[in-house]
Amino acid sequence: MTSVLTPELTARWDEPDSFTRAAYRRDGGYRALPKALAMDPDQLIAMTKDSGLRGRGGAGFPTGLKWGFIPQGDGKPHYLVVNADESEPGACKDMPTMLANPHALIEGIAIACYAIRADKAFIYVRGEVLHVVRRLHHAVDEAYAAGYLGSNILGSGFDLDLVVHAGAGAYICGEETALLDSLEGYRGQPRLKPPFPAVEGLYSCPTVVNNVESIASIPYIINNGAADFAAFGTEKSKGFGIFSLSGHVTTPGQYEAPLGTTLRELLDLSGGIRAGHRLKFWTPGGSSTPLFTEEHLDVPLDYESVAAAGSMLGTRSLQIFDETTCVVRVVLRWIQFYEHESCGKCTPCREGSYWVVQLLDQLERGEGSEADLDKLLDICQNITGRSFCALGDSIESPVKSSIRYFKDEYLEHQRNGGCPFDPVASTLFAGEPA
Amino acid sequence: MAFSDEQRAALAADAGEIIGRYPKSRSALLPLLHLVQSEEGYVSADGIEFCAGQLGLTEAEVTAVVSFYTMYKRRPVGDYHVGVCTNALCAVMGGDAIFAGLQQHLGVGNDEATADGKVSLEHLECNAACDYAPVMMVNWEFFDDMTPRSARELVDGLRAGAPVAPTRGAPRLCTWREASRILAGFPDDQATLGHTAGHATLAGLRIAKEHGWEPPPAAGSGPAARPGGTHPGGTEGGQH
Repeated sequence: MTSVLTPELTARWDEPDSFTRAAYRRDGGYRALPKALAMDPDQLIAMTKDSGLRGRGGAGFPTGLKWGFIPQGDGKPHYLVVNADESEPGACKDMPTMLANPHALIEGIAIACYAIRADKAFIYVRGEVLHVVRRLHHAVDEAYAAGYLGSNILGSGFDLDLVVHAGAGAYICGEETALLDSLEGYRGQPRLKPPFPAVEGLYSCPTVVNNVESIASIPYIINNGAADFAAFGTEKSKGFGIFSLSGHVTTPGQYEAPLGTTLRELLDLSGGIRAGHRLKFWTPGGSSTPLFTEEHLDVPLDYESVAAAGSMLGTRSLQIFDETTCVVRVVLRWIQFYEHESCGKCTPCREGSYWVVQLLDQLERGEGSEADLDKLLDICQNITGRSFCALGDSIESPVKSSIRYFKDEYLEHQRNGGCPFDPVASTLFAGEPA
Repeated sequence: MAFSDEQRAALAADAGEIIGRYPKSRSALLPLLHLVQSEEGYVSADGIEFCAGQLGLTEAEVTAVVSFYTMYKRRPVGDYHVGVCTNALCAVMGGDAIFAGLQQHLGVGNDEATADGKVSLEHLECNAACDYAPVMMVNWEFFDDMTPRSARELVDGLRAGAPVAPTRGAPRLCTWREASRILAGFPDDQATLGHTAGHATLAGLRIAKEHGWEPPPAAGSGPAARPGGTHPGGTEGGQH
């Protein structure tokens, strides 16, 4: 039988010491690094391109291509910055990865830095995850002690210094140029592109910014070959990745599977929607991706198929809501989040998010009207494509898709003079004494 | 309060170590702010002045950064800063009820501390643990699968000084100041203790194992061997 799930990155997470260097070595870790150091850096970049690996942080840009953009022989320092700022509502894969197996990330960092000729790397981890930060520091210390980091790594002559840098609470710092500003000690505001970070990134030097899961996938590719990785997944969405199932499901959690897996397959395996309920709407890739409904259960979760169905694969953050959930409440809460996290640099996002919240709030209280829905769509249309970065564009996704699929539910609030849903029914503890 | 000479000397030594990590000193600002927060429990005017002095910045430049990031507090929080995720999914799953219940139980509003200074309360945005919703954080450690009742018991335990351990985290819950010091890049000795993965983290792996969908032993020790092929040996002292 074909494997629906393909645990590779997640394979050893159930071992109690999986986060240690000893366990990672025992399970075959740190074998890719000496192989890579014996190769030509350009060969590594080519191999990463051939694997078809696309950025696992949401945008899906080909990782090898990004590495290939770094100018060589330019006499400037090069940097690798790992984006470990995982903050997209629904995204919850990188934190467990770093908690359970930080060494896969560190081995990937060493290989990536050798490929792009960087001798300094940073892990920019969101600050609100204390034990993850501890584990990263510990793993980095262990890697230095074993000669996987530091000077003359494994006798190759390659030097690498790796710094764990904790953020301080700002969703926008997951945007790569805002992250760089933050890492330089400024407010985390996005930069105008071009120049792209590959040309002018950290300290105006060539910089690769990659997601945790992208980099942690590199050792597998080096060990098993680009073709092996590319044998998983679909034509243009290669390999496997972690799908994060959350919300009204029987078994929420992390499911590693080839790209192109469907939500129906994942639900069939994991016990489906919580007992006695049915699927109402879901996000394929976090709050920034347009909502899907029951009719999308069989959409292959790869970049192309999800886009063709009107959404985005994003971070494979499958947030599942059943029929007890008020879609207006959910969308309002997401837009309040974007309003709160808008960095304020550009007007469409800063002002637009504010006005969208005002309208959604009115609608949720039953004080809106059908004309407000048109106004909402009009404001969203004026944010998308006109804001400085993708945060602004994200505002339209839940608003527009929810009106598309659940317009009558918005109007029902008006007819009802308020929200027609019982919020208790949608809680985890519904039916239990408080 | 102004820093004593001893405090200032200790902070300066730590600051020197932090600044040394970066090619350009200004990159040290975020960890330096975590550092001064670990000293005073919040980022005071003295803390800002200290950071500015270390990096050759103006106090206005530092203040502009402080005000951007929600983890820097401009007034004291409790020894245990309790966060409740009220982003959409957690809110729906019970976060709203938990937050409302705690406000009432503790008699505080959002971003306020109890009179005894033990506990402060804040509603949080998504903390990357959606598979454990509803989620709470205490001093940035995970408390998963919460209910209004377990949330009340948690804060009561914190106020009573009872031992409280996170669902996924270090066994000894740090105080707010201790946590801030770890974020500045000075970890405590608990990295190897505590949890590696909770039930949801392992959900997919468990199901894969039930179906026999396991990767070959010691993945990475040889050339491509899957799907369906054999994998040439090479385990290093472990059988799985």
